[in-house]
Amino acid sequence: MLADIANLFHGFAVVLQPYNILLMVILLPLTFSMSPTGAIIMLSCIYWGALFGGAITSVLFNIPGEPWSVATTFDGYPMAQQGRAGEALTAAFTSSFVGALFAVIVITLVAPLVADFALEFGPAEKFAVYFLAFCSFIGMGKEPPFKTVAAMMMGFVLAAVGLDSVTGQLRLTFGFTELLNGFDFLIAVIGLFGIGEILLTMEEGLAFKGKAAGINPKVVWQTWKELPRYWMVSLRSCLIGCWMGISPAGATPASFMSYGIAQRISKRGHNFGNGEIEGVVAPETAAHAAGTSALLPMLALGVPGSPTAAVLLGGLLIWGLQPGPLLFVEQPDFVWGLIASMYLGNLVGLILVLTCVPLFAAILRIPFSIIAPIILVICAIGAYTVNNSSFDVILMAVFGVVGYAMKKTGYPLAPLVLAIVLGDQAEEAFRQSLLSSGGNLGVFFSNGLVSTIMVLALVALFWGAISEGIAKLRSQPKTA
Amino acid sequence: MSTSSPSGTETGPAHRSVEAGVAVACIIFGIITVLGSLQVGIGWGPSGPLSGFFPFYLGIIIVLASLVNLKAALSLDRSKLFASWDQLGQVLAVIVPTTIYTIVLPYTGIYIASIVLIAGFMMWLGKYAWYKAILLGIAVPVAFYIAFEKWFLVPLPKGPIEYWLGL
Repeated sequence: MLADIANLFHGFAVVLQPYNILLMVILLPLTFSMSPTGAIIMLSCIYWGALFGGAITSVLFNIPGEPWSVATTFDGYPMAQQGRAGEALTAAFTSSFVGALFAVIVITLVAPLVADFALEFGPAEKFAVYFLAFCSFIGMGKEPPFKTVAAMMMGFVLAAVGLDSVTGQLRLTFGFTELLNGFDFLIAVIGLFGIGEILLTMEEGLAFKGKAAGINPKVVWQTWKELPRYWMVSLRSCLIGCWMGISPAGATPASFMSYGIAQRISKRGHNFGNGEIEGVVAPETAAHAAGTSALLPMLALGVPGSPTAAVLLGGLLIWGLQPGPLLFVEQPDFVWGLIASMYLGNLVGLILVLTCVPLFAAILRIPFSIIAPIILVICAIGAYTVNNSSFDVILMAVFGVVGYAMKKTGYPLAPLVLAIVLGDQAEEAFRQSLLSSGGNLGVFFSNGLVSTIMVLALVALFWGAISEGIAKLRSQPKTA
Repeated sequence: MSTSSPSGTETGPAHRSVEAGVAVACIIFGIITVLGSLQVGIGWGPSGPLSGFFPFYLGIIIVLASLVNLKAALSLDRSKLFASWDQLGQVLAVIVPTTIYTIVLPYTGIYIASIVLIAGFMMWLGKYAWYKAILLGIAVPVAFYIAFEKWFLVPLPKGPIEYWLGL
């Protein structure tokens, strides 16, 4: 089973998820003519689409559309093979809805509290929060930590290129005028995820062979009648998801953890993997609770919990909205508008996916030799419209090749993108803290709050080593 | 890149070589960063740390981390393939047209270049009949033209042929 998961991750797994990020990125410039609230709500609706859509390919094609849909394939695809695709999809969508709704309620209740708390933050605390987010990536990611470090630092460097916002000096441009404004993270995202994925898919020679999607109101109704029986699974998965989403572990571990726990606790656990509806409910609920609650740290602290949330954050920054505690004070209309749109978007998303499954399945059957050049053209348009610059289109192609090489050699792309988005702010916070302390690194341990965050960050950073050490200590008595 | 003789019948560059190559590229990236940071100053100025302060240490970390990655790469199994030459050929079949597309784009305009790209892809890789390819190749850019220039009022790059058509 583990080998299967690894193969899926390396090969087909993330084929479709990046296109969702891509869609957001490409639509971002189009929102320039809209009001900020309208624009961000449109982007967040696409975010919803991305969250819901992943299950379709998992169930029908046994190809997880997103990394966190991998666990959904374990029982979802067997159900489809038994002709219960409609049931599996209904369960998946409804669970996503429940998980996301739970997380939105958590955001509604908790975000203002976190924001209040974060208002006390100075530059040192701010940097500590960034540090925590990035350390979590290094320590808890599944990629080799030094590869994560290298990828992340390169992201920070790319963010630093161009005009230095603190001193107003040019740096790292080496005389190229094209680099004056630095690297735009949108170009990097389009190249790394969009073009990079096309290259990977080409190499795999991917062909979709899917199950037919029969979904009708009768099946939906029958599944809905059956689902309340699994309320315990749902509640547990919601809690796991929210916890994993807010502490930036992310949706993928949340879905696996929830599936694993459900399998261990359920009376029908022995039958997991043969098309058990609980095996769809558990990972989907947790993944979407996590995916949604990842927006909480983004809104309240300005630290996104996932690459898709990072694109949303980039959108906010373009609009001159600085996510973080002050946003709640200065732009209450916007924040509560966005949160209200989360409720609405979630509901509309559920209805849309339930009605449009056959359409999506048809799109997925379009041959790759047609869809690939169209995606390339869309990517080029997206890259061009960011700054109306043809140089950006070439840069996008370069990022595409880099993304392909990095993916193939196991360098994670998410921390790189996150570092490009947050680089300038993290650096500013770092330099301001050092300025206030006269260059003394002790400022990051100068009071209880900042010390706590820094210690948490260091624990997260060395989590891999710590958990390995514990495992070794436990296994030693047996081997000795 | 070195060619290795793998267990199967397919040949291609060894995963080890590519992995080592990526690590070396990262080291070079780190060194360039360090040099660029030294140019603007890495010390302490009147407004606190100078512009090169932050990137200088990033560059150092990149070099150190990449050295670890390089060491790990060199201890990899030599026989494991990165990808077969056939697969890399497929990848190049996307990279080469894409590169040409992005370079000619400012001169031909995005619409003409897109028609050629889509139709070419369909005929060359998808083995579609030429009339189908040209039909779709024209239909997609026309749809984009209507969506972007008419609805969203976002102008896209145009070349002589687009101007001649009065777009």
